[in-house]
Amino acid sequence: MNNTQTANKKQEVAQETMRITGSEAIIRCLIAEGVDILYGYPGGAIMPVYDELYKFRDQIHHVLTRHEQGAAHAAQGYARISGRVGVAIATSGPGATNLVTGIADAQIDSTPVVCITGQVFSHLLGTDAFQETDIIGISTPVTKWNHQITKAADIPEVLAKAFYIAKSGRPGPVLIDITKDAQVSELDFKYEKCKGVRSYIPIPKTNPETLSAAAELINSAKKPLIVWGQGVILGQAENELKAIIEKAGIPAAWTILGASAIPTSHELNVGMVGMHGNYAPNMLTNECDVLIAIGMRFDDRVTGSLNTYAKQAKIIHFDIDPAEIDKNVKTDVAVLGDSKDSLSRLLPLLNENKHADWLQKFKDLYAIEFEKVIKDDIFPTKEGLTMGEVLKQINIETKGNAAIVSDVGQHQMIACRYAEFTTTKSNITSGGLGTMGFALPAAIGAKMAAPDREVVAIIGDGGYQMNIQELGTIFQQKAAVKIVVLNNEFLGMVRQWQQLFFDKRYASTEMTNPDFVTIAKGYYIEGKRVTKREELADAVKEMIASKESYFLEVCVEKEGNVFPMIPSGASVSEVRLS
Amino acid sequence: MNEEIKTLTISIYTENNIGLLNRISAIFQRRHINIESLTTSQSEIDGVNRFVIVVNITESQAKKIVGQFEKQVEVIRAYYHKDEETIYTESCMFKIKSALLFEEPQIQNIIKDSNARIVTVNKEFFVLEKSGRRNEIESLHRDLNVFGIMQFVRAGRIAVTKDEMKITEMLQAFNNHNN
Ligand SMILES: Cc1ncc(C[n+]2csc(CCOP(=O)(O)OP(=O)(O)O)c2C)c(N)n1
Repeated sequence: MNNTQTANKKQEVAQETMRITGSEAIIRCLIAEGVDILYGYPGGAIMPVYDELYKFRDQIHHVLTRHEQGAAHAAQGYARISGRVGVAIATSGPGATNLVTGIADAQIDSTPVVCITGQVFSHLLGTDAFQETDIIGISTPVTKWNHQITKAADIPEVLAKAFYIAKSGRPGPVLIDITKDAQVSELDFKYEKCKGVRSYIPIPKTNPETLSAAAELINSAKKPLIVWGQGVILGQAENELKAIIEKAGIPAAWTILGASAIPTSHELNVGMVGMHGNYAPNMLTNECDVLIAIGMRFDDRVTGSLNTYAKQAKIIHFDIDPAEIDKNVKTDVAVLGDSKDSLSRLLPLLNENKHADWLQKFKDLYAIEFEKVIKDDIFPTKEGLTMGEVLKQINIETKGNAAIVSDVGQHQMIACRYAEFTTTKSNITSGGLGTMGFALPAAIGAKMAAPDREVVAIIGDGGYQMNIQELGTIFQQKAAVKIVVLNNEFLGMVRQWQQLFFDKRYASTEMTNPDFVTIAKGYYIEGKRVTKREELADAVKEMIASKESYFLEVCVEKEGNVFPMIPSGASVSEVRLS
Repeated sequence: MNEEIKTLTISIYTENNIGLLNRISAIFQRRHINIESLTTSQSEIDGVNRFVIVVNITESQAKKIVGQFEKQVEVIRAYYHKDEETIYTESCMFKIKSALLFEEPQIQNIIKDSNARIVTVNKEFFVLEKSGRRNEIESLHRDLNVFGIMQFVRAGRIAVTKDEMKITEMLQAFNNHNN
């Protein structure tokens, strides 16, 4: 938003009291919060709100997804690429429960989303009325906050609070359930944005002593390693992080949700950590003397066995959420606070440094990984297309400027490993929950939030069919997302585990797929199937050149595997290259 | 890393909102922690509720769940305390046949020795109330059980801490922080 827009919004916020219905109040609250797009699906208990949406359709654009799960993921995609709050709306009962997967995904990946659900009349609450479900009870463990409104008069204050809580501090999803009587009855409406909630401190105070302790450890380290996560992106601390790694010469690795905060090509960017991360940062986690974790939460997919994780290292943990400190890994120094603020205060305390020998170790291990894994992934000589070479072509055509939205499975790990990112907020994927079906709707939200950016969704044949109906939304909204389905005719990631750990018993992982191109064409989306290496480059070029949405199916080798791999529960240094 | 399991009292100061009990119990449930007793009531501050929850867990578990409680938007502050850091009591009621009062003279001595209080007496039954430590209540229960108990109920632990908890200052800080 530019300044005049902000000023206009402020005026709207400070408006005079007016007598309106609850449902009109809901829309006015959304507009006052700067919401210009929302994703949803109508139904009985939310119809008054839809009726108002019709009235306000010039100011606020409602996107009819084809399933409420799609609405929740689209709101997430919108939020992840823009840093703003995504909004999803649904009716009571099945509409509300269909949102839950997206809400849970947003919770674990700290994504600011506000979900509004309709609810039966308040006098029917608890009676098992038609389409009544206890969505407050159901969503409690997967929301940052939730609340049921039964009186129209409560709408402005609760919605203001919802937006404030969703986006402040460590962001997360908020669900507001509104009974039908609250929607249809009147209130004296006046909107004030929420500036604070007693009992809630979004950003803990940074203790300056912890900053100097951290600086001292970093300055005396011989082999420091930074592992950054999404906290850097959420805190808009990309430049601060870059300045730190450059000044102190510290190799820096990222978690899957931290991807793209620093360009892939940066000399000190040493790759991804975790189960399918890069060889060097995983191996050297168990050799570094100081591990600096920034805005990441030591997920088990990152740490492998905690008993052997970085035991030799002093641990410094920067986080906004005090509950993350010592949750999984015991720290020596914990710096609480907002990443931008902490890192900018850390910078002047650091000595200039190079750590050339230490950095060389990363390069040596990269050379090994390149020889044993990467070469065959992205410059294959064998027959059979690899997922890696598809990514390489996409990098070439987009020059690394695309936002990559990936689903869950082998293709996701390949996408995160090989996508070249030049711009922050470019890796949109379901990290913590690992939700198949995420990418197609999330790509819609991302494209609508950033229409000028190239948005490429990379999806497996399994996950694609979990929300394939959203092709209808793409078509209707003319959302120009590029869809790449990497078809291996398997639930590939599960098949890989079956191959490695279940004696190749491929129980229910083989898929007989429909003609995907015909399906795309049925939704009036142009598409192509590629089966041969010679066709790949041109097809990707054509897809990227297209001004509209485009579907590309690439038939890849059926039993390709993702390496390196840390078997689950093993130590990070037990990473396998084959 | 085999840490000792202790009886710990968790105090959670919260806004007085519907649904918070759900959030709090879900935090225990997810971690497979069994609640020994739970009391919730108004606290010393207007509009602020206090949960007092007794659990048997290790201190490092306690530290982590206290962090999870504090993370909840409507939780003002959470603490855990060892038994020796609190002054605590539990209370219970017994309903007993009135006839026994006259037929079993020993019962009168039991009542007197245990410092229990007779809440009401009628022709059918009388009701005893007793507050104290769990072991005192348990021993009274054993003594009376011999004669027959019609109903027995025990309430959760209530506790105050020996040290100050400074909730009022906390709330003040919240107000300053948010302004
Ligand atoms: C909703 C959901 N159900 C099940 C899983 C478990 N799972 C993880 S990866 C995977 C296979 C994905 O297959 P596909 O979409 O074809 O991608 P590929 O691994 O072949 O690239 C499955 C079933 C999941 N992550 N999400």
